[in-house]
Amino acid sequence: MKFDTPATTNPIDRLKVVGKATDRIEGPLKTTGTAPYAYERHDAVADPAYGYIVGAGIAKGRIVSMDLAAARAAPGVIAIVTAANAGKLGKGKFNTAKLLGGPEVDHYHQAIALVVAGTFEQARAAAALVHVHYARTRGNFDLAAAKSSAQPPKAGGIGGKPDTAVGDFAGAFAQAPVSLDATYTTPVHSHAMMEPHASIASWNGDQLTIYTSNQMINWSKGDVAATLGIPAEKVRLISPYIGGGFGGKLFVRADAIMAALGAKAAGRPVKVTLQRPLMFNNTTHRPATIQRIRIGAGQDGRITAIGHEGWSGDLPGGGPETAVNQTRLLYAGPNRMTATRLAVLDLPEGNAMRAPGEAPGLMALEIAIDEMAEKLGMDPVRFRILNDTQVDPEQPSREFSQRQLVECLRLGAERFGWDKRVAKPGSVRDGRWLIGMGVAAGIRNNLLMKSAARVRLDSHGIVTVETDMTDIGTGTYTIIAQTAAETMGLPLDSVIVKLGDSSFPASAGSGGQWGANNSTAGVYAACMTLRDKVAQALGLNAADVDFADGQVRSGNRSIALGDAARSGELVAEDGIEYGDLDKTYQQSTFAGHFVEAAVDAATGEIRIRRMLAVCAAGRILNPKAARSQVIGAMTMGVGAALMEELAVDTRFGFFVNHDLAGYEVPVHADIPHQEVIFLDEEDPISSPMKAKGVGELGLCGVGAAVANAVYNATGVRVRDYPITLDKHLGRLPTLT
Amino acid sequence: MRPFTYERAATAKDAAARAARTPGAKFIAGGTNLLDLMKIEVETPAHLIDVNGLGFDRIEPTADGGLRIGALVRNTDLAADMRVRRDYALLSRALVAGASGQLRNKATTAGNLLQRTRCPYFYDTNQPCNKRKPGSGCAAIGGFSRPLGVIGVSEECIATHPSDMAIAMRALDATVETVKPDGTARSVPIADLHRLPGTTPQIETALDDGELITAVTLPKPIGGTHIYHKVRDRASYAFALVSIGAIIQKDGSGRVAVGGIAPKPWRVEAAEAAMPGGARAVADGLLAGARPTQENGFKLTLVERTLGAVMAQARA
Repeated sequence: MKFDTPATTNPIDRLKVVGKATDRIEGPLKTTGTAPYAYERHDAVADPAYGYIVGAGIAKGRIVSMDLAAARAAPGVIAIVTAANAGKLGKGKFNTAKLLGGPEVDHYHQAIALVVAGTFEQARAAAALVHVHYARTRGNFDLAAAKSSAQPPKAGGIGGKPDTAVGDFAGAFAQAPVSLDATYTTPVHSHAMMEPHASIASWNGDQLTIYTSNQMINWSKGDVAATLGIPAEKVRLISPYIGGGFGGKLFVRADAIMAALGAKAAGRPVKVTLQRPLMFNNTTHRPATIQRIRIGAGQDGRITAIGHEGWSGDLPGGGPETAVNQTRLLYAGPNRMTATRLAVLDLPEGNAMRAPGEAPGLMALEIAIDEMAEKLGMDPVRFRILNDTQVDPEQPSREFSQRQLVECLRLGAERFGWDKRVAKPGSVRDGRWLIGMGVAAGIRNNLLMKSAARVRLDSHGIVTVETDMTDIGTGTYTIIAQTAAETMGLPLDSVIVKLGDSSFPASAGSGGQWGANNSTAGVYAACMTLRDKVAQALGLNAADVDFADGQVRSGNRSIALGDAARSGELVAEDGIEYGDLDKTYQQSTFAGHFVEAAVDAATGEIRIRRMLAVCAAGRILNPKAARSQVIGAMTMGVGAALMEELAVDTRFGFFVNHDLAGYEVPVHADIPHQEVIFLDEEDPISSPMKAKGVGELGLCGVGAAVANAVYNATGVRVRDYPITLDKHLGRLPTLT
Repeated sequence: MRPFTYERAATAKDAAARAARTPGAKFIAGGTNLLDLMKIEVETPAHLIDVNGLGFDRIEPTADGGLRIGALVRNTDLAADMRVRRDYALLSRALVAGASGQLRNKATTAGNLLQRTRCPYFYDTNQPCNKRKPGSGCAAIGGFSRPLGVIGVSEECIATHPSDMAIAMRALDATVETVKPDGTARSVPIADLHRLPGTTPQIETALDDGELITAVTLPKPIGGTHIYHKVRDRASYAFALVSIGAIIQKDGSGRVAVGGIAPKPWRVEAAEAAMPGGARAVADGLLAGARPTQENGFKLTLVERTLGAVMAQARA
C-alpha cells in the first residue's frame, strides 16, 4: 500500500479496539517468567555449549601474542575462537569497529576470543586463563582535548547536514539587545538495559539460525551475513522477546557473531551472553557532547538569532551525535545556524541511544532557552510560546503536519500549577529543602519507514499476524493485535501476533520511535488486502463490505468472518510504503515537560518531587502502553539529568564504572510522582493509522526541565551534566 | 571463577585452624560480596569454609548492660531488633541505609565489616591495583577518583571502606570478638580492626591468618540523639559519597564517625571536643591531613555541611 496522500476516514477510525487502554497481550507470559528470552530457548535448542567472551584489556594497540594453552587444557573446553582461527570476517553495514578484534585492538573490551565449554562456569573459568600480551599504542580518549581537531562529518543519512545557515546569524547575534553565549556538556550514556545482549547460534549445514535479542531483524540479518561472509538467505534471526534495547540492540553485536563462530568451531549450538561488566565498553553508547549555543533576542522576547554547534567523537569511520538538529525546527527566528563536528576518539563505538541527537541536544538547548527567558525577565513558558513556529523556520513554505507545542505548554502549565513558581531562583524553602520548578519543550521527529506484514485467516475466524517487527518491551504485540482486530472487525482475543522472525515479512523494526506508527500501518495494509480476499472468497463486492463483530456484512447479509476460510486458510501479505509527505510536511511530535525538584540545602542532593509530561504525538494507539513508554522515558531523563555518566579514563581509554553498581540509573525512590497527558490529536499525514511515536518524545527535554528546576531551587546554574551535588555544593548558600 | 573446594565448619576453632593451614582458604557466610568478586576473579580462593552453621546468629545482652551480636546475624535481623532500635538506633539506621532488602537478608554482621572496597579499578583485573595485585600500581590515583578516599589514603591506594554498618559501630565503640586458629579468643576494638593502606593496601585488617570473627559487642547504651545521614547520588541503593554517623547529647557533646571518605570508618575522638563549637571546627579536626584528588575534594565541604545539618537536626 502506497501512502502518498493524507489519510481520509478508514476502518481504524472506528476506534473500537485501537485507542483503548489495553493490557499487553503477552503480559502474562512476562510476569510469570514464561516468555522465553534469547538465552533461555531451551525449547528450541536442547543442548547448547556455552561461550564466554574475552574482552580486550587495552583501548588501542596490538595483540602481540595470545597463550591459549592453559585455557584449552581447562576442564570442559571444546573450542576457542580468535581472529587467528575464525577465518576471514567482514564487517556489517551498521558496525563501526569489528566485532572480533585481533591482532589490532580498536577499543577496550572489544571481543578478542570466545571460549566454548560444556558449562557456563567452565567457559568462564577457562576464559580467565587466556593470557594476552599487548603492545599499546597511544590513542585519543578525551573529547575536550580532541575538540579542536574535529571535522565536519560526512553529509547525509539521519545525521543531516554538517552545517546549516539561514539569514545573517553573526550579524543578528551581534546586534541583539539581549543575548546568550553558553557552552554545555553531556557525558557518555549507556543503554544499560536489563537483558544483556544474548544469542544462541545453531548451524544446520550451511544454514545458520540465531536466537537473539535484537531490535532490527532485517538490518541485522544482512549484517550477520556480511560479517560471516555467507548469503543472507542462509541466515535466520529469531527474536520474539527483548528485555530492553534503547538503541543498544539496533545492531548485530559480538554475542551473535561469536555464538555463530563458536557453534561452527564446536560443531554444536553455542549460547553467548555478554557478561554485565563487558557491556559498557564492548557495545555501543550515546557519545558525549560539547555544545555551544548562542541566542539573540529583541527586548520583546522574539528570537532574532539562534545558533547551535555540537562536538562529539567516535572511532574512525563512525558518526556524530547530531545534537543540533532540533534547533533547526523548534523555535522561530530569521537568522540561524547549526554546525556538527566530529573528532576521532579511540573509545568504544558511539551510536544511537533513545532519541539520538534530540536527547542530549535538548538537554543543552532547553537550558539555554531558560537562561534567555531569565535574561529577558520573561516567564520561560511564555518565552517558548512567543517563539513558536508553525512552519519549518528554514523553509517557511513547509508546514508541520501537526504542531501543538503551545497547547502542550499551556495545558501543562495549568495542570502543574506553574503559576505558583517563583521566578527569582533560590526563593522557596520547605524545611531543609530548596524547592524549584522547571519546564522544557520536547520535540522528536516522526520518521517514516516501509513496513510489511503477512496475515492469515483461519476457518475459526482467528487472524494471525506475522512480521519481523520486534517488541522491545514497548507494547508492540498489543498495538499490532489492536490494529488487526480493528481492521478485521474482530475482538482482540481473535488475533494472534507473531514477531521477530526473519522468515516473516520485513518491518520497520524498533528504533527512532518509528516502530509503532510504521509497523501498525504495515499490518493495516496487509489486513486491507486480506479484506479484499475475504470479500472475494465470499463472493461479495469489496467496496460495500463491512467488517464488524466477527461478521462480514454486505447489504442484509451477515457472514461469520471465518467462513471465508472454510475451504482453506486465506493469506495476505502487504506493507506500507511512503511517498514524499515527510518532505512536503515536517512531521514531528511535541511535549511540554514540567518538573518540581528539591535540593538539600546542606548536602546539595537533588531529589525529584513530581513530573508532568504533556505530549502531542498523533493518535495514541494504546494509551496504557504509551503512558508506560513516556514514564519510562521521563525516568531515563531524570537519570541523564542527575546521575548517569560513563566515566572516561582519559589515560587508559575506557569507561571505568562499567557495571550497574558504578553506572547509576534511577531507582524507585528517585521517582516519586509522574503524570502523563496525551493531547487528543490525529495526524492524517503520518500514515493511515494517523499515529506517530512517543517512546523517545518522553525523554526529549526532560533533562533540561530537571536542570531548570534545580536552578530555580538554588540559583546556581550547572551546564555540565549530570548535575551531581559536587557541581553546585560550593555555590549553595552558607548554612546558618 | 576458579574451581574451589568447599567445606562446612563444625566449630569456630576448627574453622579458624583449617583456614590457617589451607592455602588460599576463605570463610564464606552471606557471600554477597565474595561471590561477586570470585566471578570476576578479583578473589580466587582455592578453598571455602562455610561458617553459616556455627550458630553465631543470636543477639544477647551482656553482663555490663551492652549487647552481643553474633557474627552471623543477618543485617536485616540486626536492623529490626527492638533492643538495637531502642538503644542503638544509629546502628539500625545505618544498616537500612545500605544495600537493598535482598542483600541485607543475606549479608552478615562479620561479613559486612570485612567487605572489600568498591573502587572500580579494584574490580577490573586489566587495571593496576595495589590492593588486588600488590606492586602493580594504583590506577585510581589520577583516574576516576570521584567516589574514592580523601583521608587515611596513601600513595599506593585511595580506596574507601564501603560499609554503612561499620560507621555506626565505630561511633558506638563496638568491640570485635574473634577466635584464633589455636582456639584462643581475643577482643579487638573496632577502631583497630581496619588498617590504613600505607604501603600494604592488600592487608586490610588486624586479623591474623585464619582468625574468625565470632561476635561484635556493643557497650552499655549511652543515650543521646542517633542520626545516620548518608549522602549519595541517588536516593537508594548507592554507596555513600559521604555519610555521618552521630550520637549527640543534649549538652551538644557527642561522637561522630564518617563514611565514604577513608579506608576505614573514620573517627577522630579528639575532634569531638569541638562539637559544641559547631561543624566547621569538628570537620577541621576530622579532616586534618586530608589529601583529596582533584575529583573528590568536594567531599571535604560535604563532610562539613552534612555534619552541620546533622548537628542542627539534633538541636531541633
